[in-house]
Amino acid sequence: MNTVTRARPPLIVWGAVVAVMLTAPTLVVIPLSFTSQRSFRFPIEGWSLQWYERFFTESRWVGALMTSLGVALTAAILATIVGTLAVIALGRSRIALGPVARGTLMLPIVVPGIVVAVGVFGAYLRWGISGSFLGLVLAHTVLSIPFVMIPVTTALRGIPETVERAAAVLGANPLRRFTQVQLPLLAPGLVTGFVFAFVTSLDEVVIAFFLQSPRLRTLPVQMYSSVTVETDPTIAVASSLVLVISTIAILVPRLVANSRTKRLATLTKEAAS
Amino acid sequence: MTRDAHVPDHTGANSLQLEAVTKTYAGVAAVEAVDLDVRAGEFLTLLGPSGSGKTTTLSMIAGFTAPTSGRVTLNGRDITAIPPHRRNMGMVFQNYSLFPHLSVGANVEFPLRQRGVGKAERRRKAMEALDAVELGHRADATPDQLSGGQQQRVALARALVFEPALLLMDEPFGALDRGLRERMQLEVRRIHQQLGVTILFVTHDQQEALTMSDRIAIFNQGRIEQLGTPEDLYDRPASHFVATFLGESTVLTGTAESGTLTLDSGQQVSVGGHSVTGPARLVLRPERLRLDPQGAPGPSLGGRVRDVVYLGADRRVEIDTEAGLVIVRLSADVAAPRSGDLVHVHWDPVDAHLYPAA
Repeated sequence: MNTVTRARPPLIVWGAVVAVMLTAPTLVVIPLSFTSQRSFRFPIEGWSLQWYERFFTESRWVGALMTSLGVALTAAILATIVGTLAVIALGRSRIALGPVARGTLMLPIVVPGIVVAVGVFGAYLRWGISGSFLGLVLAHTVLSIPFVMIPVTTALRGIPETVERAAAVLGANPLRRFTQVQLPLLAPGLVTGFVFAFVTSLDEVVIAFFLQSPRLRTLPVQMYSSVTVETDPTIAVASSLVLVISTIAILVPRLVANSRTKRLATLTKEAAS
Repeated sequence: MTRDAHVPDHTGANSLQLEAVTKTYAGVAAVEAVDLDVRAGEFLTLLGPSGSGKTTTLSMIAGFTAPTSGRVTLNGRDITAIPPHRRNMGMVFQNYSLFPHLSVGANVEFPLRQRGVGKAERRRKAMEALDAVELGHRADATPDQLSGGQQQRVALARALVFEPALLLMDEPFGALDRGLRERMQLEVRRIHQQLGVTILFVTHDQQEALTMSDRIAIFNQGRIEQLGTPEDLYDRPASHFVATFLGESTVLTGTAESGTLTLDSGQQVSVGGHSVTGPARLVLRPERLRLDPQGAPGPSLGGRVRDVVYLGADRRVEIDTEAGLVIVRLSADVAAPRSGDLVHVHWDPVDAHLYPAA
């Protein structure tokens, strides 16, 4: 981490090519969303905000965006709480069946989405929560828990056991050890987990498709439905929005962390001089 | 001046007792029936090789580990079942264990915060404690901006700021280089004498134990082999283990009978005063041996000088005898033999320790 490797020019070129190939198809939707044409044709002949106007004035698009944000936010909060508590419970104490519990919680990464979707759909029909906000939030929470557990587990491993022992012997009861020592030290892992959980829910389409109802449609489901019946660039607007929201969600915590490290570095320099 | 001279006479002096404390892991005893009486204000060291049970014992005193059986009492109060955060003990760990997300000042304030001390009072006491370890000017730094020695001094300030009943130190200088370690040892001794706090210190470094402690408990295989002042242990070791673990010695094996030890190599030496019979080990301290002319009274062994090492205040002489290698320390103002010289090693029978060969 503290050694800077200088990349050689051929590697830089190769890296750039791969980066462009990976991102270009995605980025194409952004200029398309500003076209004046009613088609996805290239090159773009004129610019207009009409598709944005259409997106934000039609209740089915705005409603889908709000549903997506609401579900993603709620699911990410729940997954962060449940995932973190699970990691702490499984991490230090030796619970019988601990590895089994951990494996079960990590299953959503391995099981194909369509299989989960069919299973959840069947169960929800019986319970009567198919098509409800609660049902979708629960499904997305389960799906996101592994993405919280991975970074939080890494963060927990970074805390030496003696730091918690020091807190205990210096007079902190278990609750204060958690709030004053463990939680602040786990915070970076927690933020990463939250962001990944949020993004996972935001672009999940298979389960959301199965569980949809006329009043509960996430943005990806709305996009999928719209692309099968009509092809106007409103969908490019929707894609651009999902892209921008996901990117911001992932970038902001990193930028905050970076500026904090830089501030710390300058502080250290000042202290040294 | 006696060893007890600096024991404080204030009331509320803190003493700790262990009664038949045992800890077994899966049927194997890590600590077996340990009795220990730590006097108020004393500096007591648990010394032993790794795996001898000293760290497990400390862990049971701090409350991290529950004894399988036995009792731990502090000032007469049974604390065996009390969790660590209610024992009011300070502790310093080998790896410093400062809270990395808190400033140096906030680290020292931490125990006071847990005790509901007000903010202004907290700051004042923390600064006082930091000044005592000469780090008052670094209160706003984060722990990772400090060197290892500085971090350990902060940990010491943090462990003392709330005037704990007892200060536990678990190999606190193990991670420091030699020069720094010696300076920290002096600093802890100074703090101990100034504050009169009771200190329980764990180390595997015999030199550290000898220079710092009022009393030392030597651990071996989960038991206390001997408890006493450094002089007791060094001059009157109770067992072969203590004699060889603490300080340098020469060990000669043989068979003892009615005041005479017949060495495995055939020579006979007098071991008057010892009642051991049968297979035995004779332990000789290098500085209690003399090189006298042949025929001087008392037990002796003849041999040839292998090597002489100059150590400043004294010389370390290695002598090959028929009974094996014997090490002698001679004061530098005594005429030194040369390699190859034929010499006779003499000692006073009271300075030789005889143990049954188990």
